[in-house]
This record gives sequence, structure tokens and C-alpha cells, in this order.
Amino acid sequence: MAKRRKKRDLGRIASPVYLTLVLIVLYLPILMVVIYSFNSGRSISAWQGFTTNWYTRLFNNALMGDALRNSLVLAFLSAGFAGVIGTLGAIGLAHGHLRGGGFIESLATLPMMIPELVLGMAYLAVFTAVGFKLGMGALVLTHTTFCVPYVFINVKSRLIGMDPAIEEAARDLGASPMRVLRDITIPLILPAVVSGMMLAVAMSLDDVVISFFVTSAETTTLPLKIYTGLRSGGTPEINALSTLMLAAIFVIVGLSQLLRARSDRKLYASR
Amino acid sequence: MDEAMAEVLLSLRHISKNFGEGDVLQDVSLDVERGEFVTLLGASGCGKTTTLRIISGLETPDAGEVILNGQDMTDLPPESRPVNTVFQSYALFPHMNVEKNVAYGLRVRGMDKRAQAARVREMLELVQMSEYAGRMPAQLSGGQRQRIAIARALAPQPQLLLLDEPLGALDLQLRRQMQIELKRLQKKLGITFIYITHDQEEAINMSDRIAVMRGGRFEQLGTPEEIYDHPATRYVAQFIGRSTIFTGTVRSANGYSAVIENENGRFTVDSAHAEIREGEICDVCVRTERMRASRTPVEGFDLPATVREARYAGGHVLTYVTTRGGVEAVAEGVERMCDAPAAGDTVYLHWNPAQAAVIGGASHGA
Amino acid sequence: MARKGGMRGDARRNAMFVAPMALLAVLLVALPLIYVLGTSLVQTGEDFSLGATFTLDNYKRLLRADYLQVFLNSLQLALLTTLVSLLIGYPFGYCMARAGRRWKALLMMLVIIPFWTSALVRIYGWKILLQANGPINAVLRGLGLIDKNIKFLGSYGSVLLAMVYCMISMMILPCHSAVDKMDFTLVEAARDLGSRPWRAFLDVTLPLTMPGILAGCVLVFVPSVGIFYLSDIMGGGLVLVGNLIRDQLLKVRDWNTGSAMSMVLILITAGVYLVYRKSGGDDLGVF
Repeated sequence: MAKRRKKRDLGRIASPVYLTLVLIVLYLPILMVVIYSFNSGRSISAWQGFTTNWYTRLFNNALMGDALRNSLVLAFLSAGFAGVIGTLGAIGLAHGHLRGGGFIESLATLPMMIPELVLGMAYLAVFTAVGFKLGMGALVLTHTTFCVPYVFINVKSRLIGMDPAIEEAARDLGASPMRVLRDITIPLILPAVVSGMMLAVAMSLDDVVISFFVTSAETTTLPLKIYTGLRSGGTPEINALSTLMLAAIFVIVGLSQLLRARSDRKLYASR
Repeated sequence: MDEAMAEVLLSLRHISKNFGEGDVLQDVSLDVERGEFVTLLGASGCGKTTTLRIISGLETPDAGEVILNGQDMTDLPPESRPVNTVFQSYALFPHMNVEKNVAYGLRVRGMDKRAQAARVREMLELVQMSEYAGRMPAQLSGGQRQRIAIARALAPQPQLLLLDEPLGALDLQLRRQMQIELKRLQKKLGITFIYITHDQEEAINMSDRIAVMRGGRFEQLGTPEEIYDHPATRYVAQFIGRSTIFTGTVRSANGYSAVIENENGRFTVDSAHAEIREGEICDVCVRTERMRASRTPVEGFDLPATVREARYAGGHVLTYVTTRGGVEAVAEGVERMCDAPAAGDTVYLHWNPAQAAVIGGASHGA
Repeated sequence: MARKGGMRGDARRNAMFVAPMALLAVLLVALPLIYVLGTSLVQTGEDFSLGATFTLDNYKRLLRADYLQVFLNSLQLALLTTLVSLLIGYPFGYCMARAGRRWKALLMMLVIIPFWTSALVRIYGWKILLQANGPINAVLRGLGLIDKNIKFLGSYGSVLLAMVYCMISMMILPCHSAVDKMDFTLVEAARDLGSRPWRAFLDVTLPLTMPGILAGCVLVFVPSVGIFYLSDIMGGGLVLVGNLIRDQLLKVRDWNTGSAMSMVLILITAGVYLVYRKSGGDDLGVF
């Protein structure tokens, strides 16, 4: 009996211990980056004392400023376009009667399943072949393309989970199709649109490979800067930059989770 | 019925519809009078929901016409029809509170704010939900959502209210209570209701007329009494109420009553509603509560049966018997277990001839 | 009840709504891929002009032993990554799903945040941790477990670690949602019928959560085959398909061979995905 109880107790603590351990391993490297961004030493190797020097240097670095601005503009433009295109597509395809709809859907979500490297080279090849200028325009187009699936899938699954009778009820009560879209459909899918777009922002801010292929010499983005910095060994400046990006992403993800939790609570409180 | 009441509000004329995998509706026609409570009754998949959706405009028929107040509405979109629906899932807008839900039909019609508020108040009072105006749908119980769905559908003053199994999700007690309330509401407002259910008891309790549907057709259309007492087909007889059906050959018929014989024996039925002739084969439906089992033969009947079991059913005893020809039947009539026959006893089945119906003998297309 | 047909005018509206996405899918997904396919089937100069003759030489060239070795390297690394992710991620997803309601939300967030942070940055953190005179060696030395610093970076293990680290969320999320959806009264029923806990897990929980496991494996395996910069950053000389393709494009400037390699890579990933879907796998959405 005592043995069995001991076993059960072990079972009860094993799960939290395991969860905590994995989470520590998950977050330890992130913590390291943050800590070392305050290291006064020049190289990343040894801890030599606290400084905020690298942040000041970072803010005074005009090239970094450009990269930051480019990344933000790129992320928000592509997430914006992807938001509109993906949402419209999801509304159009959600109830699946459109001929060829399945094909368009597979094609549009394909970028999630293809290695980025292949897409990147394909873009470079096609853009060069048709004489499309590399740079910001190409970046926005390609980022929009790989952001669309995130919005599309999020919104579509929300639409499919929705009782079709809700939209029908609005028609039945006298609303025209456009009015139903405005009063019912869009307010109900809005949380999914927003969380999809936030994912899109995060994906765009994170992308190295595709940006690497379609950018021009004059246009650089933050992840590209980090990548080149890392390949040459890494500097504390890169640490500081990464810390800032981490902070930004924490805020974005935190917000999107909060938004989702709140809308879910509001709509499905009694389930 | 006086002249004003007999005015036809809605006509379905030869409606057909299929969704590609066989017909859902085949040539359905129906006239509904103003102020009438008509129920479409049938098992799931019989086409009753499709019929309702065609009336509301959410579905377009492949053939046939929907006529409301003498006007052809077949090609009008749902928003242009003076018809509202109470959906099975209620379909309340989850992002609007009760007040906004009820006001929605008024808002899209551009009614002015003050009139909207007054009408919403009136509707909420009607369904006794006034104090819930500010709640979100997720904060309401099933029965409360049901009331709001009804208030919302009634707010734009539709000429016709369609109800798609509105009580299907409620528990039995609430269901009974809502049946009474709905009927009261319908009488009070004088609005025409078309009601869908698969519950025959609900249909019989509430309706002025019932259309029993099966396989996309009307099996029978008539008052609850007609349908109960004179089922037009075997399906109707079996779907509504509990009964035993005997098939036999007519030995003699005189316009008032007929004697029918089969391998179980011989029995008498009322044939005033049926056109049957000697030598014909016909089905006779006897309701369980009208079937009697006595210990001695009864005049006009020769239906001996062996008792399998007698069981107390609250207020009366059900006697389960097997006839000579192997038909399993149930009889009522005895009130106490001590009067009931024992298993293995022989009893003689009989009934009041006026209360047994020859199937197919009544109210065809009446 | 889902019904076909329905309200008029919807079809035209839907087509209009889908048009921009369809345009994007054709111009920026189908067209580039077709172009790569085309490039892989011809022999051209450096100007990418597609006038050259049809040939299968680009594919035949891939049969060289060293190229095959590279493909094998990639497949092996991807398989190992999938396996290790499964072994660590499934129990994690399981424990997460069995945790209390409030903990679950928090855990979910904690798993998702690294998922959306830059892989580069996180791998950089590992570099700091694992470097010769970094924290891990310091701790090990402090505990007296080692005398000399261990050279972690550049080893196969360090590359595998980085891969698993970057991919594990993709395993945890579907496994969690499968366990979360499962009806645990079934396990209770198995226990009630006399099954021991482990037996109940193997007979009930595992088969019922298999869809989540399969989804997780596909979600980890597919990107793992194509990734190249992780092994680059961790150092060491492991050459993967990704490196090979990149070098064909940027160093050797042989776009035809590079395209052929890309097509093979697409075929591998698409093949895995198709087998998964054909065997009844779920739609791989956002978990």
C-alpha cells in the first residue's frame, strides 16, 4: 500500500518537474542572449561586467536604424496585405462550393510546406528572368505570399467553426449579403484575422532565407543583419539587437494570445 | 371557419428540389391559411427543413413556386421576404447583446432608434425576458436563448413565422412548458406559424394541421384528429401513436361497417370513411389504447391471442399478446394488475368498430 | 446542417473575394515553382535564358556519390530530429494537456513564444552557452565533472540539438491538442476493465492520439530536410542539401543543377506530405 502511494506521489510531481525542465532548456538560450547583451566585453566569450553601452551604440548606428525601419515597414505592409488577401480568400472558400477552390487553397498554402530555400531561389530566378527589380517591392511581394497562409488558415478555421445559421439568420431578418458581411461575419472573424496578422508580422520579422535572395544591396533587414553578424562570430551589438527583437515579439505574441483568450471567453463563456 | 380566416396566405406549388444526390423534395404543394398553425412532421432527412428553407428563401427550389399573399416570391432573396425564422440552433448573434439581437431586424430596415427601442421592449415583455436586455447570448440558458430567438424573429412583424425544431434542444419539462407558451403566443398575435418537428406528440398538441412528410413528399395532410384517427398510409399509422396493423380480406361490407378476415381470425371495422368492397385486401390500424382483450369472445370478433406478459404502466395495464397468425399486439383497458390475465392465458381481442380505421380510406388530399 | 446551393449571388461574390489570393498563388507560388522545374530540365548559361535544349543531365548529375551522401546526411538529420522531438515533445504535450485549466493557458503561451522568436537569435543563445569557455563548461568544471573544456560546438550533437530546439514546438502543439481532445473516461474504462496504467496508455491513449503524433512528425520532418543555416551557425563541417543548393546557386552558379536539387527536395517533402494526407492525416493548420 505504502509503495503504491509513493508511486502515485511520484506520478504527481513527475509531470510538473518534466514541464519545468523542458521549459528551462527552452528559455535558457534566450536568457543568455539577453544577459550577454549587457556584457561589457567585446567578444561574446566571457562575462566582463555590466554595461548598456551596446544599446547606445546600436541606436547611434544609422545602418541599424535603416535595417530596423525596413524590417518594420516590410512586416507591417506584408501582414496588412496578407490580412486582406487571406481574409477575403477564406470568406470566399470557407463554404467550399467554388469550382477549383481546393486547388487554389492548396497552392496558396503551399509556401508553408516548401523549404524556404527553394522558394527563395525560385523567386530570385523568376524576378531576374522577368526583370523585376529586387529590393523592397520584391520583399513585400514575397513576404505577403508566405504570410497569406497564416491568415487564411486562421480565418478559415474560425469560419468553419461558425454556425452557418448565424449568417442565415441575419439574411432572414432582412440584411443584404454585404450587410451580413459587415454586421455579422467580419466582427465574428476579426479576432482570427488579427491573430493571423500578428503571426504574419512575427514570420516576416523572422525571415532570413527568402529575404536573403530577393533583397538588394541597398535594402537590408534586421534578421539579415543578425545573420551576417552571427556568421562572422557575433558581437554584443547583435545581442542587444536580438534582445530588442525578442522584446518586440514577446509583446506581439502576448497581445495576440490575450486577444484570443478574451474573445473566446466572451463568445463561448457558457460552453 | 368564417370567410376572413379561410384566406390563403402561403401557397407552395409543385416544389421540387434536389442537391445532386437524389430528390429531397418531390412535387410538394401546400396551402396555408392566415393565422393557421401548420406543422411539418417527419423523421430526419424527410425534407421538412428544406421545405422551410425554401419558404424563407435560404434555398431556391429547382421547380415550382412560392406564393405569399398572391405574390410570387420564388426568386426573392431571404432579406426581401416578410417571413422570419426561428432556427434550430437559435443562431443568436454571439457578439451582440439580447437587445441588439432583437433589434437587428428593425435596424437593417432603417427603423428609427426610438421606435426600435419601443418594439424591442415590447418583444422582450412578450417573451418575459425584459430583465435580460443587456446580457450576451453566451450568458443565457437554452430556454432563455430560445425565447430571445423567438422575440428576434417576431420583432419585424413577419406575416409568417417559420420554426425549425425550436424545442429540439430543450429537456422534456421545459419543452412541454414552451409548447404551451408558443401556442399561447401564436393565438395572441394571430401570426401564421409553420412549425417543424419530429415529435408526433408535439405536432398533435400544437397544430391546426399537420403535414406528415416522408422521402420528400407529403404522406398525409390533415388535422391532428384526421391524421390520428384515419391515417392515410401504413407509414403514418406507424409513425404517429402506437398501434397494431392487421391486413386482411374484406368478407362483407355494407357502407357502414365491414367484416375482415385473415389468418388471425375475423373482425369488424367502421367503413364509413373508406371505399372498400368485398374481396379487396386492406390494412386496418387499431390504436393501442383502443385495443381490448377480454376473456370471452365478443360479438363481431374472432381474434384469439395468447398472453405473453401483462405489465403495469401507470393507471392502466398493458397486455402483450400474440395472435394465432403470429402478430404481436398490445391491448389496454384493464386498470389493475389483479384483473390482468396471466401469461399463457388465451384472450379475445376486440375494439369499438368506429374507432378502428381502414388505412388509405380517409382524407386523401382533403 | 451543411447544405449546398443556398443564397443567390454568393458564387460570384466568393469568386471575387478569392481572386486576389488566386492571383498571388498563381504568380508567386505556381509560376516560380514551374520556372524551377523548367530550369532543372534544361542546360543554360548564366543568364537564366530558357532557350536551351531539354536534358535530364541535371538530375543524372545528382547521382554522384558525394551528392547522394549529402542527401542522406539531410534525411538522416531530419529523421533524428523528428525522433528526438517526438521523444521529448510528446510527453511534454501530454503533461501540458493533463495540467489544470489555468496552467494550460500559461504553458501554451510559454511554448508559443519561442516558436515565434527568431531561430537565429535562439541558436545564438546556444552558441553562447556551449562555447569553449561558456556557462555550461564553467558549470561542469565547477562541479568537478571535467578537467578540460569540452568542445561542444561543431559536433553532430550540437547540430542535432539546434535542430530539435528549433522544431520542438511543431511537435508539442499537435501532440498537445490530440491529448487535449481525447476523452479520458476511455482510459478510466480501460483501467476499470483491469488494464494497468501503462497498458491503458499503449492500448487507448497512444492509438487515439496517433493523429497528433503523425501531424507533429510531418510538421517537424518537412522543414528539417530543407534547413541549412542551423548547421552553418553551429559550425562543424556537416554538409546538407540546403548548403549544397545554396552553393550551386551562389558559388558554382550552376542554376540548372541547383534547380534539380530543389525539385528533388520538393519531391521528398511533398511526398511525405502526400503520404500523410492519403493515410488520412488531418489538415496541417495552425494548432
